[in-house]
Amino acid sequence: MYELEIERPTTVADAVSALGGEAQLLGGGQTLIPTLKQRLADPEKLVSLSGIADMQGISASGDTVEIGGGTIHADVAADGTYAALSELASHIGDPAVRNRGTIGGSIANNDPAACYPAAALGSGATIVTNKREIAADDFFQGLFETALAEGEIVTAVKFPMPQQAKYIKFVQPASRFALVGVFVAKFADGVRVAVTGASNDGVYRWSEAEAALSADFSASALEGLTVSSDDMVTDLHGSAEYRAHLVKVMTARAVNAA
Amino acid sequence: MPKDTGIGAAPKRREDVRFLTGTGQYSDDISLVNQASAVFARSNVANGVIKSIDTTAAAAMPGVLAIFTGEDFVEVGGNPAGWLINSRDGEPMKEPKRPVLAHGKVRHVGDAYAAVIAETVEQAKDAVEAIEADIEELPAVINMKDALAGSNYVHDEIETNQCFDWGWIEDNRAATDEAIKNAHHVTTLDLVNNRLVPNAMEPRCSMANYNAAMNEYTLYTTSQNPHLTRLLISAFVLGIPENKLTVIAPDVGGGFGSKIYHYGEEALVLAAAKKLKRPVKWTSDRTEAFLTDAHGRDHVTTIELAMDKEGNFLAFRTETMANVGAYLSNFSTATPTFLHGTLMAGNYTVPLVYVNVKAVFTNTAPVDAYRGAGRPEATYSIERVIDKAAREIGMDPIELRRKNFVKPDQYPFGSAAGLEYDSGNYDALMDKMEDVADLAGFDARRAASEAKGLLRGRGVNAYIEACGIAPSNLVGILGSRVGLYDASTVRVNATGNISVMVGAHSHGQGHETAFPQIVAELLGVDAASVDIVHGDTSKIPFGMGTYGSRSLAVCGSAIVRATEKIIVKAKKIAAHMLEITDSEVEFNDGVFSAVGTNKTVSFGDVALKAYIPHDFPIDAIEPGLEETAFYDPANFTYPSGAYCCEVEVDPETGKVTVERMTAVDDFGNIVNPMIVTGQVHGGLGQGIGQALLENTVYDETGQLLNASYMDYTMPRADDLPFYAVDHSQGTACTHNPLGVKGCGEAGAIGSPPTVVNAVIDALQSGGNNVTHIDMPVSPLNVWTAIQNA
Ligand SMILES: Cc1cc2nc3c(=O)[nH]c(=O)nc-3n(C[C@H](O)[C@H](O)[C@H](O)COP(=O)(O)OP(=O)(O)OC[C@H]3O[C@@H](n4cnc5c(N)ncnc54)[C@H](O)[C@@H]3O)c2cc1C
Repeated sequence: MYELEIERPTTVADAVSALGGEAQLLGGGQTLIPTLKQRLADPEKLVSLSGIADMQGISASGDTVEIGGGTIHADVAADGTYAALSELASHIGDPAVRNRGTIGGSIANNDPAACYPAAALGSGATIVTNKREIAADDFFQGLFETALAEGEIVTAVKFPMPQQAKYIKFVQPASRFALVGVFVAKFADGVRVAVTGASNDGVYRWSEAEAALSADFSASALEGLTVSSDDMVTDLHGSAEYRAHLVKVMTARAVNAA
Repeated sequence: MPKDTGIGAAPKRREDVRFLTGTGQYSDDISLVNQASAVFARSNVANGVIKSIDTTAAAAMPGVLAIFTGEDFVEVGGNPAGWLINSRDGEPMKEPKRPVLAHGKVRHVGDAYAAVIAETVEQAKDAVEAIEADIEELPAVINMKDALAGSNYVHDEIETNQCFDWGWIEDNRAATDEAIKNAHHVTTLDLVNNRLVPNAMEPRCSMANYNAAMNEYTLYTTSQNPHLTRLLISAFVLGIPENKLTVIAPDVGGGFGSKIYHYGEEALVLAAAKKLKRPVKWTSDRTEAFLTDAHGRDHVTTIELAMDKEGNFLAFRTETMANVGAYLSNFSTATPTFLHGTLMAGNYTVPLVYVNVKAVFTNTAPVDAYRGAGRPEATYSIERVIDKAAREIGMDPIELRRKNFVKPDQYPFGSAAGLEYDSGNYDALMDKMEDVADLAGFDARRAASEAKGLLRGRGVNAYIEACGIAPSNLVGILGSRVGLYDASTVRVNATGNISVMVGAHSHGQGHETAFPQIVAELLGVDAASVDIVHGDTSKIPFGMGTYGSRSLAVCGSAIVRATEKIIVKAKKIAAHMLEITDSEVEFNDGVFSAVGTNKTVSFGDVALKAYIPHDFPIDAIEPGLEETAFYDPANFTYPSGAYCCEVEVDPETGKVTVERMTAVDDFGNIVNPMIVTGQVHGGLGQGIGQALLENTVYDETGQLLNASYMDYTMPRADDLPFYAVDHSQGTACTHNPLGVKGCGEAGAIGSPPTVVNAVIDALQSGGNNVTHIDMPVSPLNVWTAIQNA
């Protein structure tokens, strides 16, 4: 790790004013700290978000669950208000990762194999920042790319609660991130299906499946659909064809288990 | 004698108290006053010419004390190969120099070409980044076939990438070819024994201290064999007199072979400590471990099995390419040859075996012995091809094996691959396995799996291995440049407790618990009064260390011999105390008595007398009670086993789940059954890891694609089933005093083919025409095989 300073503000406003120059936000550090240790990044300063009380915690009102951007995965896992989301959180990494890593950090990082982006997109969540609210459909913009401006802070994520939902992750055997993960959510006005881990463009919605499942929420509704492997990731753990195949298999399993 | 501490008892491992409470002392835990840090500049290309290295800017950075490059070591020796292999044509193997730091050329990603010593690790890292190295990248030699065919050489001076072309048993070559040509049935299998990264939990670490006034060096290092490391450094690399170099391997967090070898980093910190007159420490990070620890396996093999009409084995013929990487690591030439080829008859009465091994240099990390070392490769080839053969001729795989087993009345049995098996009972192991694995219940379990949409398969295996390496006279004939005895000093202290200095090194094996059990048994004392001292060349006799499941069979035998000498001497002292002749003394359960009387003296009394010899007849008895024995085994030991694995395969995803794993092993006599079970568990975990999960992937430019745990799949607890482990069918080793065989590697040797056989069985049961899948049998590889079937 290169030398750097660290600040620990207690309010979002203080965090914003601490930013600037070569400063970088630090959430749970589960992605950022390993990057720093390998000397792959060289920020002058880290602005830690973990002391900001306003960014912590989970609250439900009506059909919406709001989760503070600094809330750790373990707290979401333990909460249970939005069962499919809590279950997803309970399978992120290991206990150390879950007790440090935050939803804000995960969403902001938008790793193409991460789990939370599938939940946010699949639920039609709203990402709340210190400046604005952004619909999930507009937020995720490809590999590690989001709508966030430089220094913009994810302060909360608002999830509308579906009637039925399920996330199925087929793990990449080494990292246990998603080789292919599918989040299926059934709302009164239709079904959303978000896929992570598979595409070269990062998390995306499988619109054909959404249409088919909105008409008939059963695994058999998927039978006629095909998934193209054209834009799928090929790496050591999965060919494009394999990932395309798994998208359909995992979607069916999510529907069956929802 | 307290039966809860002697041979056969299962006391908990005393060393675990410190390991589990964070109070172990590993090399990196040791820090010395005024210590400096070393960090290496490592090549990021697999093959390149070092045009220039400019260290001016780096040398001027804060905290930098010294910078070394390959230039600084041109005068010193290379890290040698420990075993000479001669090719089929009689030519000795090619041995290009392996320097302390790369000079002229870098030969694999991670090859160190410079080292910075600075006040702190971070300062040294900063300075490494400031070194300006002009390295011209050349095309890399990665694939072994291409390496043998092409003219792009890893070492230009030897003008080939072939280290040797070895035949075993060369005199049987023509007869084997003939047998295969004329056989009723020949089964052929092409397979890859996947390359593995050892991944010891503790990365390597070396710290050197130099005492200028005394011209003495101390090296603290992660080693499985401190004396061997000292010998290599003294005799070959730096020329430091052995009596001026102490090598200390304190607690070591796993080795699996990778810490047998001497590495350049050890020589570098010694040279740096001398130059700076300060202690210098280097600690590997995990990336360096992936790139530079000696890897394991990496064979590409074709094996053929010839049978007659009844399924009697007539011959095994094997062609293997074995990757040795960019440089010869100390035992890299022994592993694919004598530790592999000599096992190619397996547990079978097959009359002919021929093995051809071509060792190949490539621009990858060196490859050497890794848990099992050659025997997993042999077992995998034999037991996979037998399974394939059974399917082809429509015979039950257990029946086919039994038909060809060496039978209990055939020992000692001279195998067609040149070894003399001393003992065993393979049918008894198989019987026991069928029972423990509940083969009778398999059909019901398969039906239950199928009801869930899953395919269930069962795989079996019978293995034999050779461990307790080895008779020095035999390995000397075969090319070993070292002897392979071990040594122990038993020191009975004046107050009756006992220190046992051993040449074996414990880095997970539990010696500190098991070895005292031997002494306790022989002397009739409580094992708690016996302590083991290991890992420090200034304290222990010259032993060869721990690898190849040799510690108990070889060093344990040395302990027995030394303890026997103690008894002889103690009897003399007791005779003097009892005022009788030596031959009238009887020793039982820690008490010396005069035959036919009720006069006794205790072991403790004798110990005290040995050190307070006021009334000794000094012309007849020396004071003290301390004895040393060196033990050189008469033969290898031959553990064997019968394994069974049941898997479930999800045909939609290709995911394999190991549902049951049964290991029935013959380890001969058992000293501590709990430790043996633990060793088998560890080996099974590594074997299942190799079978299902692990692989080391270099791309064509020589970049290691999975040099971190994000992409290199280690086995985890939830990848593994609860094991059924049985060692009730032991047949005692006939040639060592304990009758023991060695259990450290068996699990890793026996399990990979068992798992793969089970997966093939599952796929076939689902109607998929899949006859082989290379390891790791990952979801992707299984799914792809199903698609291509
Ligand atoms: C061993 C391991 C296993 C893992 N397994 C999984 C898995 O299975 N599934 C999965 O989804 N993830 C997994 N992760 C990733 C984990 O969930 C991380 O916690 C997450 O990706 C990043 O969250 P963080 O709070 O640690 O962010 P940090 O590492 O602190 O930051 C990551 C990035 O986000 C920025 N950032 C952080 N917080 C905010 C914020 N509130 N607003 C704006 N920007 C911010 C930082 O500046 C940085 O660029 C794993 C990680 C590890 C180490």
